Amino acid sequence: MTALVYVIAYVGITFFLIAVAARFVMWSKMPMHVRWELYPVAHEGGGRAAYGGSYLEETDWWKKPRQVSLLGEFKVMVPEILFLVALREHNPRLWTRSFPFHLGLYLVSVATILMMADGVIGALMPAAIAGPVARVLSILVPLFGAAGLVLGILGAIGLYQRRMVRDMRDYTAPADFFNLIFFVVAFGVALVNFLLADRDFQGVSGFVANLVTFNLAPLGSGTAVLLLSLSVVLLSLLVAYIPTTHMSHFVGKYFAYHAIRWRDEPNIAGGDQEASIHEALQRPVSWSAPHIKGDGKKTWLDVATEDQTPKDESS
Amino acid sequence: MKQPHSVKDIAKNAGQSMVHIQPQDQIPLPPPFDDPALDPPIPELSDEAKAKYAVLDQTIAINIERPETKEQEDEFVASFLRGLEKLFSTDDNWTFLQPFEMSIEHCAKCQSCSESCHIYQESGQNELYRPIYRSEILRRIYFKYVKKASPKIHGDIDLNWETVARLIELAYRCNLCRRCAQTCPIGVDNALLSREIRKIASQEMGIAPKELHADGSVLQLSVGSSTGMTPLIVKDNIEFIDEDTAERTGITIETPWDKEGADILLLHNAGEIMAWPENPGAFATIFEAAGLSWTLSSDIAAYDAINYGVFYDDVQFARAAVAHAQAAKKLKVKKIVLGECGHAHKALTVIADKVLTGDLNIPRESSMVTLRDIIRSGRIKLDPSRNDFPVTLHDPCNMVRLMGIVSPQREVINAVVPEGRFREMAPHGVENYCCGGGSGFAIMSGHNFSDWRHHMTGRRKFRQVLEAFADEPMDQEHPKYLCAPCSNCKGQLRDIISYYDAWEKAGIYYGGLVELIVNAMADSTPGFIDWEWH
Repeated sequence: MTALVYVIAYVGITFFLIAVAARFVMWSKMPMHVRWELYPVAHEGGGRAAYGGSYLEETDWWKKPRQVSLLGEFKVMVPEILFLVALREHNPRLWTRSFPFHLGLYLVSVATILMMADGVIGALMPAAIAGPVARVLSILVPLFGAAGLVLGILGAIGLYQRRMVRDMRDYTAPADFFNLIFFVVAFGVALVNFLLADRDFQGVSGFVANLVTFNLAPLGSGTAVLLLSLSVVLLSLLVAYIPTTHMSHFVGKYFAYHAIRWRDEPNIAGGDQEASIHEALQRPVSWSAPHIKGDGKKTWLDVATEDQTPKDESS
Repeated sequence: MKQPHSVKDIAKNAGQSMVHIQPQDQIPLPPPFDDPALDPPIPELSDEAKAKYAVLDQTIAINIERPETKEQEDEFVASFLRGLEKLFSTDDNWTFLQPFEMSIEHCAKCQSCSESCHIYQESGQNELYRPIYRSEILRRIYFKYVKKASPKIHGDIDLNWETVARLIELAYRCNLCRRCAQTCPIGVDNALLSREIRKIASQEMGIAPKELHADGSVLQLSVGSSTGMTPLIVKDNIEFIDEDTAERTGITIETPWDKEGADILLLHNAGEIMAWPENPGAFATIFEAAGLSWTLSSDIAAYDAINYGVFYDDVQFARAAVAHAQAAKKLKVKKIVLGECGHAHKALTVIADKVLTGDLNIPRESSMVTLRDIIRSGRIKLDPSRNDFPVTLHDPCNMVRLMGIVSPQREVINAVVPEGRFREMAPHGVENYCCGGGSGFAIMSGHNFSDWRHHMTGRRKFRQVLEAFADEPMDQEHPKYLCAPCSNCKGQLRDIISYYDAWEKAGIYYGGLVELIVNAMADSTPGFIDWEWH
C-alpha cells in the first residue's frame, strides 16, 4: 500500500505541474489579438495610473518614451493575489467566504513548501536545518497547515452555502458543487489526521521529506498511517484535478491582466510588432455572411481592402 | 415584474416576452422626475411584430424573422454553431481569440459584475439583464453542443431556434461599456462575449441591426457616410456651417478640404455635421484661431469618423479603419485627430493599432489632447465668465475607460468655466456609467427600442446628471450644461432629455466640449451656446 500512496502523490503532483505548464503554454502561444485594454492600467507611469489615465493623454505620444512602472503592477497584483481586493471591493458578501478559502489554500501551500524545503535541505545539508530553523519550522508548519485546512474548509462551506442562494444557484453546475465538496472532504480528512494522529505534522512532514528525496520508506501500519495515506491520496487527486477545471483561473488570471487588460504597447510605425500584424492579416477568412463571402482562401488583408463602393453596372 | 427564473428559460415559451417591467419596478429617478406615475411605461410591441420576429423582451432590436419551415429552423441553429466554432479559430478570430477564450473558460459566476451593470440595476435587477445571463447561455451552448461535454460540468441548456434568436437579440441589450469587465476579479469580459455573439450573427449569419449595418457601415463604405452624405453634399454642408458659424462668432472661417501636407487630418463623426453643426463649426473656429495646419478629407468614408464595426463586426471594422488611414496617407498628413466621437477614438487609435502597418500606420491623437494643448499654449484668448453656468461632464466609455483619456477634457473645462461651476458626476472618469447609447443603441430606434433604452440603458446616466445638478434650482430659468464630448453620447443624451422633457422642466441642456470653448473665446461674439433646444 505504501508504494501506491507514493505513486499517487507523484502522479498527482506531476499531473498538476504538467497541466499548469500546458495551460501556461496554451495562453502564451495564442495569436496576437487586437488591443482591448481596460483602464486603469497599473503599469502606466507619470502618475496617470492613479486616475486611470494613459500615455494617449500625451501630445505626440508616439514620439516619446513610454513611462512604464513595474512597481505599479506589483502594487496592484500583490494585494490582489493576497487579499482578493477586487472581490472585496465589488462583492464583499462573497469575499467573506472566498477570502478565507483562498487564504486557506495559500497557507496549506506555504506549509507544503516549507515541508518540502525541510526535506530537501535536511537531506543535503542536515546542519543547516537543525537547531533554531527546525524549531521555527516545527511551529510554522503545523500553524500554517492547520489554520489553512480550517480556513479552507470554512471557506468552501461558505461558498457552497452562497451558491445555494437564488442569484447564484442557477449558474452553478453540479461540477461546481462537486469541486467544493472535494475540497471539504480532502481538507477535512487532512484535518482529522492532524487532530487525531499528527498534531505536530511530523507524520506528514516525514512523508513529504521522503517524497522530495525519493526515499520511498515504508509508512508502517495503524490508524495514523491509514489517515495519513488517505489524506495524501485525496490531496494528490485534488491537486491533479484543479488545473483541469475553471479553478485554473490562477493561470488564466495572469494572462487576463497582463495580456489583455494591461496590454497597451502601441504598434509604432516600423516597430517590431508590424511583422506579427502582417502575419495575422495573411490568415484566411471563412466567415460566410454575404458581405464577407470568406472562402477560406481570401485573407484578412483581402477582405479589409476590398472595394465597397458601388460598381458601375453599365460598364 | 416578470423575469426568467433560469438560464434554461431562454429556450421556452416561443413568441412570448421573457420579461415585463413597469416603471414602478424600477428605482425612482431623483426630483423632479421622482413620481413613477408620471414615468411613461414602455409601449407594447405590436401583435404583428410579435408574430413575425423573435421576441425576447419588451422590444426588438434586429427583426429576426421566424422561420417558416423546420429546415430553415435547423439551418439557423446550425449556422450559429458554425459561427461559434469559428470564434475559436486562430484564423477566423485571431482578433479576439485570447480574450474570448479567457472569458468563456474562467468565469466563476460570482456575480461581482451584476452590481456594476447599469442596465441590470436600472431594470430592477431583472434576471434577463444580468451580465452573465447571456454569457452563460453562450458558454453552455459551446460546451454542450460544440465540445460535447457533460451538462453536469458546465450546465445544461436546450438549443433551438428560440434560444439562438433570443441570444442574438440579448446581445443587443448590452452597451459594451465593459464596466462589468472592470469589476471582474478574474478578468472575464461579459461585454466582449456580447460582441462576439453579435459577430457570429453578422459575420456568419448575415444578421445585424439595419442601423448599424445596411444603413451604417455598408452605407459609409459605399457612399461615404452613414448619414448618406456624398462628398459633394458634405462639402456643401460644411460651407454652410462655416458661414453660419462666422455669423454667430464674428470670426471668419473656411474649413480646408483635402489639403495635402497639412499637419492634421481631422475626422468628425458625420452625425455632427447633420445634427450638431455647431460642433464642426466650433472645431474650425478653434483650429483656425490657434493657427493649426489642418484639413478634412472628402474621400469615401474619410469625412465620417464612425466605425460601427467596432460594435458588431471585425471585417467591417477593419474596412473602415483602412479607409480612414488611406485618406490620411493620400494627404500626407502628420497625424489624424479624432473629433468628438468616442467609438471612433477607440476604433482608430486602439483597436486598429493591430491592423494598420507601414505607411498606413499614421499616428492618431485625441482631439481632447489637441484642444488641451491649444488652451495651454494661450493661442486663444478666453473669458471663462461667459460660461457662468453649472457644468458637468459625461465621460464617453470608449474614450475614458477604454483609452485612458481622462484629464485633458477636464483641464479644458477648468480653463473655460469659472471656478466652482464645474462639478463631477458620481462616479466619473474610468468608473463612469455609459450614457445608454453605447454600442450603437444611440442610433437604433426600430419598433419601441428608443423607449426601451430610455428606461433601461439611459436611466442611470440620467440619474447621475440629475444628481450632479441636485444643488441647483431645477427649472429652465437656471440652465445647466451637460458636456458630452462624443457624438453618439450626445444623441442618447438628447433623446433622454427630450423624453423626460428635462430642458423644459429642469433646465438641462447638453453639448460638446468645443462649444464651451468657443462660448468662452474673448474674440468671439458672446452667446455661441444659444440655449435653444434643437
